[in-house]
Order: sequence, then C-alpha cells, then structure tokens
Amino acid sequence: MSYSNKIKGIYKEQLKDIEDKGIFKEERFIHSSQAADIEVEFPKGTELKKVINMCSNNYLGLSSHPEVIKAAHEGLDSRGYGMSSVRFICGTQDIHRKLEQKVTEFLGTEDTILFPSCMDANTGVFEAILTDEDVMISDRLVHASIIDGIRLCSAQHDTFKHSNMGHLEKKLQLHADKRLKLVITDGVFSMDGDTAKLDEMAGLCEKYDAMLFVDDSHSSGFIGETGRGTHEKYGVLGKIDIITTTFGKALGGASGGCVSGRKEIVEMCRQKARPYLFSNTIAPVVVSGVLKVLDILSQSTERRDKLEKNAEYWRKGLTEAGFVLKEGDTPIVPVMLFNAGLAQNISRDLYEEGVYAIGFFFPVVPNGKARIRTQISAGHEIEHLDKALEAFIKVGKKYDVLGKSKQEIIAQYGI
Amino acid sequence: MEDIKKTVLEYVIEEYLEDEDEELTYDTPLISGGIVDSFSMVSLKRFLESKYKISIPDEKATPEAFDSVDKITELVKEFVKA
Repeated sequence: MSYSNKIKGIYKEQLKDIEDKGIFKEERFIHSSQAADIEVEFPKGTELKKVINMCSNNYLGLSSHPEVIKAAHEGLDSRGYGMSSVRFICGTQDIHRKLEQKVTEFLGTEDTILFPSCMDANTGVFEAILTDEDVMISDRLVHASIIDGIRLCSAQHDTFKHSNMGHLEKKLQLHADKRLKLVITDGVFSMDGDTAKLDEMAGLCEKYDAMLFVDDSHSSGFIGETGRGTHEKYGVLGKIDIITTTFGKALGGASGGCVSGRKEIVEMCRQKARPYLFSNTIAPVVVSGVLKVLDILSQSTERRDKLEKNAEYWRKGLTEAGFVLKEGDTPIVPVMLFNAGLAQNISRDLYEEGVYAIGFFFPVVPNGKARIRTQISAGHEIEHLDKALEAFIKVGKKYDVLGKSKQEIIAQYGI
Repeated sequence: MEDIKKTVLEYVIEEYLEDEDEELTYDTPLISGGIVDSFSMVSLKRFLESKYKISIPDEKATPEAFDSVDKITELVKEFVKA
C-alpha cells in the first residue's frame, strides 16, 4: 500500500482549506427527472423538498420531453447501448454521421465532428489546428474548458478585455506577424448572460485575416430568430470559422458536443484532436435523442419564442422589484449581490421558500461580483415565474437589498 | 522608482480593468483578487520586458511576484539594477 498517512494528510489539509474558504461544493440529489418542478434531497438524508428549478441549462424544456424520450428508447432498441470503441476503429454508426450532417445543416456550417462533450471539443480543437507559429486571442471571460484547451496548445496566447472591440483590434495589430490568428469567444457568456458582438468581431477578423471561434453552448437552439445561435442573432451565419457547442444544455441536456465549421478544420480535428481519437463518442441512445431534438426545433420556433417571452417577463419582474441585474437579453439573468456571504444566505433562504437558485462568487466570478444566477426555461409557466418572484421579493426585503444601488449594497455588506 | 510604479499602475488599469468605477491602488491584489488571471500575466510580463529592456526568467514571474503593482515594481527594480 502506498497511500500513507502522510499522503492522506496532504489531501485532508487541502480539503479543509477549501471548506474553510467557504467554497466546498456539495451535490444536491434530485429524485425526479429534470424539469421546472423538481424534488430535491438537501442536505443529504433530509426529506425531499419540492422546488422550482431556476438554475438548470434546460433552456428549451426538452430534457424530459416525451418525444425525445421515445426517440432515445427507439435508438436504444435499434442501435444498442454502447460502442465499446473509439470512432475510427469500430465506434461510428450511421446515426453518428447523420447527427453530424444535421448539426451542420442546423448551424449553417460546412461540416461537423462529434465529441464526447463540448469540454472535450474545446480541449481538443486548438491543439489540432494551431502550432507555435500561431496565436490565440481570447476574450477574458471565456469558459474554463476553452482555457484548458488553450493551455494544451503550443500557439502563443493573448487576451482582450471582455467584449472590448478596441482592445481586440489592438491585439490583432500586435500579433499581425503570426502565421495564423484565432480570435476566441463564448457566444453567450454563462456567468453574465451577455452576448459576444459577433458582427463586429467577424468584421475585425476579416480586416486582420484572422479566424473566429465561438463556443455557442449557452445559445444553440434558442438564440437568434430560429434558434441557430449567436451567429444568427448578429447576422453572421456562415462567417464563423469554428463553432463549438453542447448537447448537454438546451439540445436535450444529456451529453455530447461538437466542433462545427470549415471543412478543413473539422477534418484536422478528425485526424488530430485527442479527445476524439482516444475516447468513445456519444452513446447511440443520446445520438437518437439529439436527432429528435433537432427535428423538433427545425419544425417550429414555438419553444424558443416562449423562452424569450419568459426571460423578458422574469427580467422585468426582478427589475421592477428593485434588484440590481446584469444587463442582457438572454435567459441567463444574474441578480447582483456583490458580497459572497449575502449571495449564499439569499440562495439558502430562497430554497426554504421553494426556489432553487445558486449563488456564485469568487473564484467562479471576480471578487466583489457575487451573484445569484437565474436561468429561465421554456419549461417554466408564468405561474412558476410569479411564485419564484414572490420568493425573491420576500427574501430581498429580509436582506434589505430591494431598490438599493450597487454602492449601497456594498456599503451595507462589503465585498 | 516612483516612475516605474506609476507606469505599471497605468498599464494595469488600461490593460486589465473592465469597469470604469473599479479602483486600483499600488497594493490591490491583482492575481489573488481576480483582476489579472494567470494567462493575462503573459502580456504584463511582455510589457515590462520591452518597456524596461529586461528579461524576467519564468521562475521569477510567479503569480505571487505579480500580485500587486508594489510587488511588480520591486521585481522590475531588481532586474533594472542588475
């Protein structure tokens, strides 16, 4: 045995440190399927509590949709449970290729390659297409999986201030001598709920001969008039060189992701991206479910339209109640509280009132920018939103944050 | 010395602060305070090296050494002297 007391002690100390800092993460067990109404066991071993879910990425309410479940059952029956192989040995079925073609069509790109997750797509893509002669220039608020992908790539790396086009242009000028330049951004930023200015970014990339990469995980299926994503919203369909996205959020919510974009780039991933080469791809049952999701979304915009209305209603309600919100027009609506303890206390009290919404604070968001991130779904009915709003107002009054400015909240609670 | 401090402070404000109402002083924690992430430190190191015609070895360019304008100034001073 090599797991000595010394080794054990090192880990115990690190875990205690995480606990002491108040950032120890605990899972809450949901005893129902994913939906607007869920039954939760929290803390562990306590009685189940019925709550309104205000923190899932189930934007379109498709995670437990009967038609998706039926399609998944059919896929399980006809194509089996697992592949027991990576794609290029004997792990590719007809439905994997079919899904790649459908996603290509849906996103309006040239080709698509599936990955076990979008995390894998983001960690694999940069290393597959760039070398040390190249540069990656990323927005400072991109998702952690992109940061991991950048770390694994030998190309130089620089950043630009969040959504600051002047700063991006300076960086493009600074790195003009590089062989390839890749500008990297999220489509919708998951912590703030704002969108990247893709029209301006595409213009700058054209001007400076750079490629543009967008992670549309928090957009695919519902942003833009027909839900194609942020590139549709900003009128740059076909102009984004690389889009990565997930099937683990709006598009059924199970798992899986992809790189979609220029033909040659997708082919480079097929030849060189390590998470594609060395891991099984998405299970047939999930592929069958996602195919159905794309069918549903291609037939009607009803769900994304309802989501848009719900998000507007929720944002308006919170604003009128006097909460400080991050500006935006997506279903991610962050309620700003600035102080980490305050965000935790309000989240706990909301849970007591039957509303499940999580507080985020440093290091997930910058120090002094603690918040409760609410996420709206097409699965919410107005009654859910009214009930949740009532709880927010009750708890907001208790902590005296309604109608208070950022400065007033900070003066009362600190950062 | 004061000049280096001022220049570094101005650069950090210009390069890293997102909101106009954010305040930054000589001892504000930059990396442990979440203002500068370890990635963005690269451009700060590049700026210092080209501005002061110095070379800071990677083992000296630690998150601790870059954690405030005061600390960065100390580091730069060490190499400018040498």
